Amino acid sequence: MAPHDLRRPFKRPLISDQERRRQHSLLRQAQNRLDAQRHARFLASTTFSLSSSQNLEPQPEPEHEQEEPHQKEELDVLEASNLKGDEARKWFAKQLMHPEWMIDIPENLTNDWFVFARPSGKRCFVVSSNGTTISRLRNGSILHRFPSKLPNGARTKEVSSSSSHSYSILDCIFHEDQTYYVIDMVCWRGYSLYDCTSEFRFFWVNSKLAETGACDPPSYYHKYTFSLVPVYSCDQSGLCSAYSAPVSYVKDGLLFYNKHAHYQAGITPLALVWKDENCSQYVMDTDNKGQVPNQQQVVLELQEDGKLATCDDPPMAFGCLDGSFIQQSDLHSGYLLRFAIGEGGLVLADGKLEKADLKYLGKANRARASADSFSKVMFQYNVRHSPLRIDDLLGSVSSPVDQESETCDIEMDG
Amino acid sequence: MAMEVTQILLNAQAVDGAVRKHAEDNLKQFQEQNLPSFLISLAGELANDEKPVESRRLAGLILKNALDSKEQHKKIEFVQRWLAIDPTFKAQIKALLLRTLSSPSHDARSTASQVIAKVAGIELPHKQWPELIVSLLSNVHQLPAPTRQATLETLGYICEEVSPDVVDQDHVNKILTAVVQGMNSTEQNNDVRLAAIQALYNALGFAQANFSNDMERDYIMRIVCEATLSPEIKIRRAAFECLVAISSTYYEKLAQYIQDIFTITAKAVKEDEEPVALQAIEFWSSICDEEIDILEEYGGEFSGDSEIPCYYFIKQALPFLVPMLLETLLKQEEDQDQDEGAWNIAMAGGTCLGLVARTVGDDIVPLVMPFIQENISKPDWRQREAATYAFGSILEGPSPEKLVPLVNMALSFMLNALANDPNNHVKDTTAWTLGRMFEFLHGSALDTPIINQGNCQQIIAVLLQSMKDVPNVAEKACGALYFLAQGFEDAGSASSPLTPFFQEIVQSLLTVTHREDTGESRLRTAAYEALNEVVRCSNDDTAPMVAQLVSVIMRELHQTLESQNVSSDDRQNELQGLLCGCLQVIIQKLGSSEPTKLHLMQYADQIMSLFLRVFASRSATAHEEAMLAIGALAYATGPEFVKYMQEFYRYLEMGLQNFEDYQVCAITVGVVGDVCRALEEKILPFCDGIMTQLLRDLSSNQLHRSVKPPIFSCFGDIALAIGENFEKYLQFAMPMLQSAAELCAHTNGADDDMTEYTNTLRNGILEAYSGIFQGFKGSPKTQLLMPYAQHVLQFLDSLYMEKDMDDVVTKAAIGVLGDLADTLGSPAGSLIQQSVSSKEFLKECLSSDDHLIKESADWAKVTITRAISY
Repeated sequence: MAPHDLRRPFKRPLISDQERRRQHSLLRQAQNRLDAQRHARFLASTTFSLSSSQNLEPQPEPEHEQEEPHQKEELDVLEASNLKGDEARKWFAKQLMHPEWMIDIPENLTNDWFVFARPSGKRCFVVSSNGTTISRLRNGSILHRFPSKLPNGARTKEVSSSSSHSYSILDCIFHEDQTYYVIDMVCWRGYSLYDCTSEFRFFWVNSKLAETGACDPPSYYHKYTFSLVPVYSCDQSGLCSAYSAPVSYVKDGLLFYNKHAHYQAGITPLALVWKDENCSQYVMDTDNKGQVPNQQQVVLELQEDGKLATCDDPPMAFGCLDGSFIQQSDLHSGYLLRFAIGEGGLVLADGKLEKADLKYLGKANRARASADSFSKVMFQYNVRHSPLRIDDLLGSVSSPVDQESETCDIEMDG
Repeated sequence: MAMEVTQILLNAQAVDGAVRKHAEDNLKQFQEQNLPSFLISLAGELANDEKPVESRRLAGLILKNALDSKEQHKKIEFVQRWLAIDPTFKAQIKALLLRTLSSPSHDARSTASQVIAKVAGIELPHKQWPELIVSLLSNVHQLPAPTRQATLETLGYICEEVSPDVVDQDHVNKILTAVVQGMNSTEQNNDVRLAAIQALYNALGFAQANFSNDMERDYIMRIVCEATLSPEIKIRRAAFECLVAISSTYYEKLAQYIQDIFTITAKAVKEDEEPVALQAIEFWSSICDEEIDILEEYGGEFSGDSEIPCYYFIKQALPFLVPMLLETLLKQEEDQDQDEGAWNIAMAGGTCLGLVARTVGDDIVPLVMPFIQENISKPDWRQREAATYAFGSILEGPSPEKLVPLVNMALSFMLNALANDPNNHVKDTTAWTLGRMFEFLHGSALDTPIINQGNCQQIIAVLLQSMKDVPNVAEKACGALYFLAQGFEDAGSASSPLTPFFQEIVQSLLTVTHREDTGESRLRTAAYEALNEVVRCSNDDTAPMVAQLVSVIMRELHQTLESQNVSSDDRQNELQGLLCGCLQVIIQKLGSSEPTKLHLMQYADQIMSLFLRVFASRSATAHEEAMLAIGALAYATGPEFVKYMQEFYRYLEMGLQNFEDYQVCAITVGVVGDVCRALEEKILPFCDGIMTQLLRDLSSNQLHRSVKPPIFSCFGDIALAIGENFEKYLQFAMPMLQSAAELCAHTNGADDDMTEYTNTLRNGILEAYSGIFQGFKGSPKTQLLMPYAQHVLQFLDSLYMEKDMDDVVTKAAIGVLGDLADTLGSPAGSLIQQSVSSKEFLKECLSSDDHLIKESADWAKVTITRAISY
């Protein structure tokens, strides 16, 4: 029972630097494990092909059109976040998910679909990372570069070292009220949501966006604000609300999203757009003077064999130009051409186009990136002849009482 | 059946190695052939007063070592072995031991009392030897003083050996009565009295009930306080030791005695000899410890949550306590700063003053400032040093509002003193005080910076100059630089005022590490610590300079490895550890951003080969540092790390087998995780070996328990990396996880340490489950996990019911629920629906304030909905 040692640390830190190093390592490992876990939970596979969704079926055509550098074929969204300048523009130009136009009513609209009023404005991606936020239009070009309260969307003191490189990508519509309306979420804090159902993505955007303060009113440093769009389950009341409930923005039609569909670059039938005069100022296409032309106009792409194709994958042929006309008019394959639909109209059989009465107008506006889609042409055609009306839609959905309660599990009221 | 062992025992201590070896072999043989007879022979030798002192002493020692070991697994083995011996033999041994307490030989008595305590330590928890206490107590009253002393010592050792719950209250009462009577001033024999006080010290933990009884407590306290006035210094010191122990064990019972205790401690501090005065100061330090803990638990406001209320003894004693402590500061020893082991009244007083400042905050400042002003410029170095030390001591505790103006006034005075004071002791304390200013009053969290563009240059110039001073001053200057750099950690890029001086600082620190006169001091270590911190807190501007440092430190490490053959000593191993540590910090810094990582990678091969060579040394510290650095390198390197695996693997395995230095083992387990995340499926060829080793570790009772939770987490890392290839390990890993889960599902009112450990273990198990489920996600082999789902869900349910998870475990648990639903999907839907976790627990987590818990819960909700509805 020797006397107990009393000495306390004298002029010394309580924790040695070695102990600190050990603790730092443990922290780093715990953080990495957490990242790996989250990666596994959200990002089962982020690798997806850039080419398959928009380009035509790969055809061996080695003799012309120099190929894009091959290594850019497969990029995951994490790598894409490091792209700069022109490469970034090209990448983002191909990443937006575009709805087909609704030409008939999908089955099971009530249970399997969401509906919301599309804000009018410029569709864009908003990317926040490394202390800045950039919005990019459909063609990939930059709309704004600004500080935002999105994760890593502005330079702040408290950027934590582990997450400062993580970034977020939102699918938005920039509205005339200087607000970004968020209609989908593609990436959040470095975790891809591509392979998540829209049910999950909407749920996530609803629970996460508000936490960041990005929806706060604009301030001196944050001049653009973000806003959620109220999303409804597509039952009777949901559809009515989306169609007629007042919102803070000018509506441009209704968007329908299949609940189980993943985010997919390019045109997808699992998202649909529908419009009538009540909910959109732009039901019928206008020409470049802003006038609705007497005859419906379509833009189609001239193919190698003279066929006139839509931008769908696979493309849909609307007709054929003969070789002499092509030569006369100095046209080449890949050109986008403008046609009017004549008296003969479009003739369909079993949902397939049999015959189209096309009149050549000339080359399309240079700003056009691609031909019209089949669904767009058909929707525009229907609008002029036998439009799909809101009553038709309402008639096809059941009232909420009919439904199992479980579909209401996740409420999306913004 | 006793044998004659005297000669063998004497031979076993012979000078002649051959004789000694022969005797040792004999003893070993005897022990293996017939343990009971061997033990009885030893006890007989010890008890026999006709035998030589030397053989008796060794007999007692061997006996003691046959009953206890520092190694846990051996200890368990010895306990089982003793319990298995025939009771009649054990009775003989115990009788011999008790008889030895009356031996005229002090040595034999003292040895016997220790052996008796060891036997009691085994038998009392098994409800054996019930008559021991009674027979000891019967000794206390009439027998001659030496036996009384030995008996009291035995009681003390027993109390030290066994836990309070195995001694019934009746015996506790009797022990305390006997002990306190022995302490009484009426006891004429000082040895008996001292033994009694020391026994009380050990028995305090048994006295809960007695301290709750006013009369008994008063009596005990009175006797202890009286003993502090004994003419015998050893008794006074032991009595103060008791007071210190009482202050932490029975803080809440002290209110009515605190005034008297202040009086006697103040007298001791002023007048008594140093060993006693040190204990008297320690009493107040210990009270500070208690009050700091309680106030911390209050969280700044009185919530009544704390079990023990704060009595604010320090606040009340402040006007008397502070002057008493200030006076001690003037009693420095010459050269105390050069002596690593020094501990004197000035050091104890200054340390206590620092604790008082942390306890009372602002209130201490007006009591200390006059002392500082009075003494800081005096010609006598003791006064200057004491004033500086007082200032440094109060820099932690009081508010920045109170301190910043004082520091602003003092800063240039201090810098001047550090540069120009003629006394080393003063300079040492001044540098330390500057370090404290930077540690507590400099950083982005403070509104008013004490360091600005104006004084920064001067501060750095003085510190760098002082690094050339005598080693102890230079060491403190390095320490001050450490905190100076740390304060700029959050300064953000480009704005650190250190940037212009970065090169110069690094150069000066490297120069310090090469000083030949560092001797046994900590100077070299302090220089590397400061260098590490400077690197950690560097920013983009200085990244190129950090990058240059890679080859510099590599060269140094290379040199130590080359010269190792010539002189391999502790200093060399220490240096290797420091260099590996420094490289680790640099790797972590450069690896954290892409451009600098690229630069780092060109050295990766060389760095790795240096680290591998470090494993050839025998130093655990160097191994540990090299292992940590390799983990950082693997993280930075990513999949390409695979090229080092062939060579690195055997060291990885070696680390996993290092039970003895369990820190090395734990760190290696963590590095396996790093490597898994870096290599992903490329780790597969090494997994058989790693898993075998990890499973062996888990089933070993030699491995320190703290390594087990990380091993479970590591299962998760491996499964996540190799996915469905984890299949072949399921049959081994899952049962281990299951049995560990059952063990830690309930805490059952264990103490805080145990609860904390249980939660760490739970977290490890949950991380393993997460990794395994996620690893199998999307694989055709998911159904292999189906048989385990029920158990995992039960584990989650029982954790939830227990209501004692911490936030980390809650987050991990709700995550596992999501992982299970995510991977198993609808086939597990009904199982999930039956679990409480998927309802109440999920609901609670969904509304959690902790955003990590909420995030995991949000996600789990989606996967569960999916699993249930499709």
